[in-house]
Amino acid sequence: MALNEETVRRIATLARIRVPNQNLEPLADELNNILGWIEQLSEVDTDTVQPMTSVIETVAPQRADIVTDGGDPDKVLHNAPQAKGAFYTVPKVVE
Amino acid sequence: MNNEFLNFNLAEARNKLRKNEIGAVELTESYIEAVEELQPLNAFITETPDKAMEMARRSEARLATGNAGPMEGIPIGMKDLFCTEGVLTTAASHILDKFLPTYESTVSANLWNAGAVMLGKTNLDEFAMGSSNMTSHYGAVENPWHPTATENKKYVPGGSSGGSASIVAAHGAIAATGTDTGGSIRQPASFCGIVGMKPTYGRCSRWGVVAFASSLDQAGPLSRTVRDAAIMLGAMAGYDPKDSTSVDVPVPDYELALDGSLKGKRIGVPKEYQIAGTPTEIEKLWNEGVKWLKAAGAEIIDISLPHTKYALPAYYIVAPAEASTNLARYDGVRYGLREDGDTLQEMYENTRSAGFGDEVQRRIMIGTYVLSAGYYDAYYLKAQKVRTRIADDFRNAWEKVDAILTPTTPSAAFAQGEKMNDPIAMYLNDVLTVPASMAGLPAISIPAGLSPDGLPLGLHVIGKPFDEETVFLVAQHLEDAAQFSALPKILAGS
Repeated sequence: MALNEETVRRIATLARIRVPNQNLEPLADELNNILGWIEQLSEVDTDTVQPMTSVIETVAPQRADIVTDGGDPDKVLHNAPQAKGAFYTVPKVVE
Repeated sequence: MNNEFLNFNLAEARNKLRKNEIGAVELTESYIEAVEELQPLNAFITETPDKAMEMARRSEARLATGNAGPMEGIPIGMKDLFCTEGVLTTAASHILDKFLPTYESTVSANLWNAGAVMLGKTNLDEFAMGSSNMTSHYGAVENPWHPTATENKKYVPGGSSGGSASIVAAHGAIAATGTDTGGSIRQPASFCGIVGMKPTYGRCSRWGVVAFASSLDQAGPLSRTVRDAAIMLGAMAGYDPKDSTSVDVPVPDYELALDGSLKGKRIGVPKEYQIAGTPTEIEKLWNEGVKWLKAAGAEIIDISLPHTKYALPAYYIVAPAEASTNLARYDGVRYGLREDGDTLQEMYENTRSAGFGDEVQRRIMIGTYVLSAGYYDAYYLKAQKVRTRIADDFRNAWEKVDAILTPTTPSAAFAQGEKMNDPIAMYLNDVLTVPASMAGLPAISIPAGLSPDGLPLGLHVIGKPFDEETVFLVAQHLEDAAQFSALPKILAGS
């Protein structure tokens, strides 16, 4: 399952990371190298095992379905690079 | 600076503070000066001397009225992955520029409630991804140890908790916090000649800790002695309703576990941890450790953990997959760095490519790929099945043994710049620590010997889930037998 430049470009878009064209090939080589090493997992017989979902056997705790936090927009916006009133601001997304 | 103060370990300092033989303020003053002297190590991203003095004064008042907590007046380093209210928290990444949390992580809050004093936020690999501390946006950390032959080369402290390990080893803090995803407490502890303990997954709350791989991340202490680690873990651990994966079981007094006997304890030695190409001194130290435990009354049993070699490749699916989802939150909107763009998509891409370093980008790309449509079953599901196999190996072992002894790392510390062009060579640092991480088990590294060129080497004890007590007990016996007293070349006050 070797990655080509096109796949790397698609992954980069999914990951929202800008990869300049000249870096696509070296990055593909690097990722293929790591994925090639990971291929050894195919040696392990996993036909009869369940995938791990929780590393520690425990029962998920439950609590009353009530609001326990919130109502503090100043705190929430405290670290926003750009904010206006009680809102984050982003580049225009609707024409 | 009172140099004598810098030589006290946590237990000694605690006892002297309680008996009023030393004062919390003078102790912290000495450490603030030590931190300043050790600045060339680059172990801290942010130093907080004013905060430390304020905390020390409050500790002194509590000590005077007999209200001392278990860590009262003890100056520590806080890994810069724990959110600290009003104090810059960076995860060593450019993308968290100027991030001032408006809340305190549960583990750091527990430590402050226990009386600990914060000297500052320690350096780490960016987002805790690395084994050398070379990937920090704030620069590399130097290991205070230097091999006898190559005096002028700088060595790595290991990673990701490299700043914490370096500063504790150089006596610039009595102890420090770390986090461990695949070995990030134990490997740097081993490289720097100190103790590092990763508790059972679920023992410490992950709330307020910058997330890397949520099914693996655990907080733990880095300290000078096993007893110090026991005291500090006791203060860090506990159920937290804000982390649904923290487990609601009582936290025992770990210090009480240290005095027991090893008679009747069965220690497993797994043959699969003999990795080809490992230097002979590591094999020798391991054999030495076996002898020490036998002499202390333990029964040594050869065991097999057949899926050991698959733990690391499986980890490099699971950890990047979880990282790629966790790091999706860094979007230039809510906190940290923002690089403008004409569209929202462009702003995201500009911010994330400017804000994340190479290794973080690499792992996000791998994680995104293995979770993408059509590949999920082949990679992520397969890795989670292999993980079940690894956990089953340990479950089978626990029918025969109470704890497992291995080396911590396949080599001693290496020079800065080595392994940087070969990600897999860097990943192999964690080959002996990752299996316990994948199974969520408690494990400790203790300094046990020196390599021929004078660098520290660690032994590694793995225990059953929530049986930190046996891990501490075995580690205490190893520490007693090893009598490790060597000190690094760079040491505060010397």
